[in-house]
Amino acid sequence: MAIRVQQEDFDVGAEIAALTANNPRIGGVTSFTGLVRDMADGERTSAMTLEHYPGMTEKMLAEIDAEAHDRWPLEASLIVHRYGRLEAGDRIVLVIAASPHRDAAFDACRFLIDWLKTRAPFWKLEEAQDGSKRWVEAKESDDDAAARWEPNDGKKKAG
Amino acid sequence: MKILYFAWLRQRTGIGEEDIAVPAAVNDVASLIDWLKGRGPNFAEALQDTSTIRIAVNQEFATLDTALTGDEEVALFPPMTGG
Repeated sequence: MAIRVQQEDFDVGAEIAALTANNPRIGGVTSFTGLVRDMADGERTSAMTLEHYPGMTEKMLAEIDAEAHDRWPLEASLIVHRYGRLEAGDRIVLVIAASPHRDAAFDACRFLIDWLKTRAPFWKLEEAQDGSKRWVEAKESDDDAAARWEPNDGKKKAG
Repeated sequence: MKILYFAWLRQRTGIGEEDIAVPAAVNDVASLIDWLKGRGPNFAEALQDTSTIRIAVNQEFATLDTALTGDEEVALFPPMTGG
């Protein structure tokens, strides 16, 4: 139900506390935090710069979030995605899903991050330790992860 | 028409965003890309393999056969790598 695209860091605990405050219908809350790794395809990287498409990014994240609420009985959700230059160990993305029951919270959280990776217009430019830069290529495994949640799949839908 | 380029498409074309008048013959995404390729070697090189390019028209995902009238916002970018 909330989307934020920002350069600033976020506090996972504070975000969960704020999202679940004053809603006793929530029985379970799950979160996923994505971090900048220091190793990509066997090469050490020191930092990356995330570029995005302002306007479309917010629109796509809102669509993905709405889809999660259609599929699962969620009481609250949050997507925070950072852009700009980030260093190894920095937080990149946060997804939170809260529901009366844990199954919906777990599934919706996984759905949100899987769909976001293939549908939200972000691109990563990695900096190697020698200073060279390269655009990260999309991974087939990310497409496969997102495909699990295709509507026609018949699995993993709200029950 | 407003055209935006992201990631390596922005670097290779040397343009992030532009407002340009396109010829009347440009009536879908495929014909737009063909026309853009004729603007110079950097465009021809950046746009030569459309299988590596994703397209959005008015901030919705589109395909090569999506129709265009001339007043859209068209974005060209590589497959996304967020998250």
